[in-house]
This record gives sequence, C-alpha cells and structure tokens, in this order.
Amino acid sequence: MIKIENISKSFDGVSVLENLNLYIRENEFLTLLGPSGCGKTTLLRILGGFEEPDTGRILFEGKDISLLAPNKRPLNTVFQKDTLFYHMSVADNIAFGLKIKGQTKSYIQDKVHYALHLVGLDGFGERFPDSLSGGQAQRIQIARAIVNEPKVLLLDEPLSALDLKLRQDMQYELIRLKEELGITFIYVTHDQEEALTMSDTIVVMNGGRIQQIGTPEDIYNEPQNAFVADFIGDGNIFDAIMIRDRLVQLLGAEFECVDTGFGEMNPVDVIIRPEDVELVSPEEGTITGVVTSVIFKGVHYEMDVLAHNYHWMAHSTKMAPEGSPVGIRIDPFNIQVMHKPIREDQETLVNE
Amino acid sequence: MNRIRRQRPALLAGPYLLWSVAFTLIPLVLIFWFGMTDADNHFTWSNLAAIGNSDNLKALALALLLAAIATVLCLLLAYPIALILAGLKSGKSALIAMLFILPMWMNFLLRTIAWQNLLEHNGVINTILKALHLPELILINTPGAVILGMVYNFLPFMILPLYTVISKIDREVVMAARDLGANSWQTFARITLPLSKPGIISGITMVFVPALTTFVITDLLGGGKIQLIGNTIEQEFIQGSSWHVGSGLSIVLMVFVIASMALIAKYDPQGTGTVIGGQR
Ligand SMILES: Nc1ncnc2c1ncn2[C@@H]1O[C@H](COP(=O)(O)OP(=O)(O)O)[C@@H](O)[C@H]1O
Ligand SMILES: [Mg+2]
Repeated sequence: MIKIENISKSFDGVSVLENLNLYIRENEFLTLLGPSGCGKTTLLRILGGFEEPDTGRILFEGKDISLLAPNKRPLNTVFQKDTLFYHMSVADNIAFGLKIKGQTKSYIQDKVHYALHLVGLDGFGERFPDSLSGGQAQRIQIARAIVNEPKVLLLDEPLSALDLKLRQDMQYELIRLKEELGITFIYVTHDQEEALTMSDTIVVMNGGRIQQIGTPEDIYNEPQNAFVADFIGDGNIFDAIMIRDRLVQLLGAEFECVDTGFGEMNPVDVIIRPEDVELVSPEEGTITGVVTSVIFKGVHYEMDVLAHNYHWMAHSTKMAPEGSPVGIRIDPFNIQVMHKPIREDQETLVNE
Repeated sequence: MNRIRRQRPALLAGPYLLWSVAFTLIPLVLIFWFGMTDADNHFTWSNLAAIGNSDNLKALALALLLAAIATVLCLLLAYPIALILAGLKSGKSALIAMLFILPMWMNFLLRTIAWQNLLEHNGVINTILKALHLPELILINTPGAVILGMVYNFLPFMILPLYTVISKIDREVVMAARDLGANSWQTFARITLPLSKPGIISGITMVFVPALTTFVITDLLGGGKIQLIGNTIEQEFIQGSSWHVGSGLSIVLMVFVIASMALIAKYDPQGTGTVIGGQR
C-alpha cells in the first residue's frame, strides 16, 4: 500500500535517516520502534509531507506522493505533542477537516458524534481543549484525525505522555479502534512493550537505519543483531565464537545450538533470554555458578547467577536460594546467534 | 517567613508606587479639578460641554477618523512583516526585527522633522521632482501627511506585539491544520489569524491611543491646517486660553480612549491583549 524507497534525510549535515526502504501492507498495524532520536518522527513527517526527504520517494498505491502538499495526502497524523486548536471547541476541532472539505452540517454533526463515541468521550463536544486532561486531549487528537476517514493513520508516540494505567487502557482502545475502522496504522513508539503488544509488524530503528523488520515474535525470538536483542526485552548478550555449524563457544564453554552458516571459528554475538536460562544441579549444568541475588517478581523469580565471571539473568518459577551453587543449561533452540555489528548503530546501547 | 515573603514584593513596588502617585495620580486629580471647575473655583459642566462646540467636535471626529485609518494601515503593513519575521530562523529574525525597532530608538521629534523636510514644498521630494521636470506635489499639511506620520511613528508598536504572538504559535499546530486538509490560505484564516488575536488587539491599542491623542505629528506635518482634538487641547494649555477648558476636553478624550479600549476588550474576552505578547 505504501512503499518507502531509498529515503535519506539530514539536518545541517547530520544524517538522520539513511537510505530507508520499507513496505507497508494494507490494514497493517506497523510500529516504528527505536530509541529517542533515531529518526522516527522525521520519517513520519516525511510521510505526512511536513519534511522533504533529501533522496528517495514515497509511493502510495503505486502513485508517487513525495511532492504532494500535506493537505493533499490521503493520510492523517496524530502528533506527539498536543496540537489541538485551543481557540475552538472540541467539536469544532474534530469537525475541522470535514468543514474544510465542505461537508454538510448534518453529516459533520453525525461524524463528530460518532468520533467522540469511538474515543469514549461522549458529550465532550462543547468543552474547550484547555479543560481536557492529557489523555483526553490525545483522544480528541485521534478523533480529529479519524473523522476524515484516512486510509492510513500516522500516530507519533500518542501515549507517551500518559501514565501507565491509562496507557495500557489506551493501547487496547487503539487496537479496538483499528479493528473497527479497518485502516492502516503506522505507529511510532520508543516503548518496546507497547510495540510487542500492539503491532502486526515491528520495524526496529536505530541511528536512522532499519535494524530489523518482523512480527513481534520474530523480533523477540530471533533478533538479528546485538542492538535489537538488547533493545527488545531483557537478555544475556555474549561475545562468542562460532566453532562450527551448531556449536558455539561462550565464556570458555561449548554450547550446542541450531544456527548454521556463520562459518568456522568466527566471532559472533549470542543472546539468551532470561526465561531460557535453565538452572539445574551443578552436575547437570554445561557451566556452573553461584546465585548472587533473588528478586520475587510476582509470576517468576529473577535471579542473578555469577558463572564464568558473567552475571547471568535468569527467570524461573522455581527459586534457587541466594549463595547456592547451580548449573546452567540452555536448550540449543534457545541460543540465538547473531553476526557481529559492522556499524555503530547495530551495537548495544551503552547506557542500558 | 511567610510575612517576609509577603512584604518584599510590596517594598519592591515602592518606587513604582511613588512614581505613579507623583506623575499619574496627582496630574489626573489636577485635570479633574480643573476640568470640573471654572475660573472662580466653582463647580461647572461647561468645560466638558465645550466638546459640543462645532470646531472641537470636528477636531475630535477628524482625530478619530485619522487615528482609525492609521491603525488599519499599520495593521495591514505590520501583519505580513510580523509573519515573515516569525517564519525566519531565530538568528536572522532577531537581526531583521532590530531593523524595524531601530527607528524607535531615535527621537520621535527628529524622525517626524525628517519627514517634514522630505515632504515640504521645497523639500527633498519636490526638489527631486523638479529636477526631473515633473509637476510638484502638495504633500505637507494634508491629512495624508499626518496619517503617514502616524503610521511611520507607530508601526513598530504594531509589529512588536504581532511578532511576539505569531512567533509563539506552535509550528506543529499549523502542521496539524495542513494535515487535516487545509491549504495554506485556509490555515492562515482559521488558525494563524485567530491565534494571533491577542497581538492584533494589543497592537491596535498601542497605535490607536497615541494616534488619537497626538498633537506633535499634526503640528509638524499638518502645519496648523489640520486640527485634531490633541491640538485643541494643547492650544488651550500652551497658548494660555484656559486650563479649565483644556482639562475638560482632556476628560472627554479620556472617555473616548477608555470606551475604545472597552470596545476592543469586548472582542478579547480573555483579556489576553492587554499586555504585549500575553498569549494564553
Ligand atoms: N527540524 C530539525 N532540525 C534539525 N535537527 C532535527 C530536526 N528535526 C529532527 N532533528 C534531529 O534529528 C534527529 C532525529 O529526530 P526525530 O526524528 O525527532 O527522532 P525520534 O522521533 O526518533 O525521537 C534528532 O537528533 C533531532 O535532533
Ligand atoms: Mg519523536
């Protein structure tokens, strides 16, 4: 439906987006996920027509829309900031796009009513934006966009200003809204949990480049580089050596794995998720260590195991007491081998 | 602790209070005293009623008319300038804003006398016209010259509040309007213009009031041929006719100023335009 081709953008000589290529399917919930400053908003602005790319073009249903003015594009944006029109009532805000298009009064009234209902703010039409809470303002922004029946809705971190509880509620509401409207969502967030819960497809970005595109499961279970592994969920990340197909050496010990095609005696990165670290008796373990801390997390225990000079993070429903010697075993299937970063943006974030 | 905090601001306001008592309150009381009494210190309405005299009425009407025209012209000139200034990158706009504000640092009289030299019968413009063998123009001592003087002198007071308010309008709010389908003209009419209303209102106030009461501009560029209410009052005081009538007319003029501000305030229910740039 939308094809982004070779988009690059730099500000004052600093590159913000580098040669981006992306395909967005109809009716998809696609999330752009990445740390703050990685270029998500810039990409969204290029899609919306507020920023001109230095190179590349955007195709919408096969037509090049790169040169169209924002008001001519078949998409609407929900901005990161509160951009409601404070000199108009909530109803007039929502009606703005419809009035511009010259719709009839009764049509506009129905639409405004319907949109307010969709976002759960029936009866708010007569209020003014300065009487709304952050969450309500954000929902009115969404209502203001969707009354125009865009084929694609761009949402720039629409929930980032809300507190946790409201954010979770709104996540479900947005998913419901998308089902009801049957339109494509391009959603921007820096919150990996939000991305994992809501999306059909996640595009992980860092340093203005796409790191990985895939379903939430793909991204979580098979990260393609250390950055993705580190950014999505918790993980134990190792400098390792691929001895040969299906055998990897990390922390001086050899582990069986299922990955092939990384060559022989090649340096690689390995990620093992905490829930995949099996704590067994020392005799049964591939390597052995000592539990150094235990935290109860509700559903599971989070344990820190010092083994071969590395602090392993392990999640388990069974608790091994602090100070006890344990063995560590990993199912070959749960060892994810990745190529070494060839660029800075593929490396783990230093301060995380 | 609490008491100290409360007393400090009061103390700091002291000099200003002293100033306003000495230079605003006392003169005001004096004007009311003179305005409501005759030469024998008896109470009278006659000084106020002097406005009913046909010459004075004409001077007031002309002042209202010229001030209104000058204000509208200032608004029409200043708005595009403010819009351009606000759209520029911050470094550049500060520089160019300076260019517009610079004349304000020059003495008001000097600037107006400069215009007098330009417009005079054998002034700069007519000299050039003569040199080019073009017919000479009557420029000085016309209502047009007075309006020009008003616009020239008061334009910065229109630009400044407009610029302040427009540059505070969030770029993303404007983007949002474009995103919802408005073209640039619709975005201006429905978003930028209404959001800049506080600036328009304070600009109008800051131009209309001094233009309505001016006598210097009329003296220099109207050459005694254009008589505004400000000139009438000035003459009552300076040429020694009557401080009582002068004060009476001042009170009437004050009522007009207050009425026009009230009228403006009606279009600005939140009172945001009363302070320069006081947006929301
Ligand atoms: N208009 C602009 N001028 C200069 N630099 C900009 C501009 N917009 C964004 N940037 C820079 O581009 C980078 C990416 O910004 P942005 O796309 O907003 O990131 P994100 O939305 O992922 O946090 C940032 O380093 C930001 O400072
Ligand atoms: Mg952003």
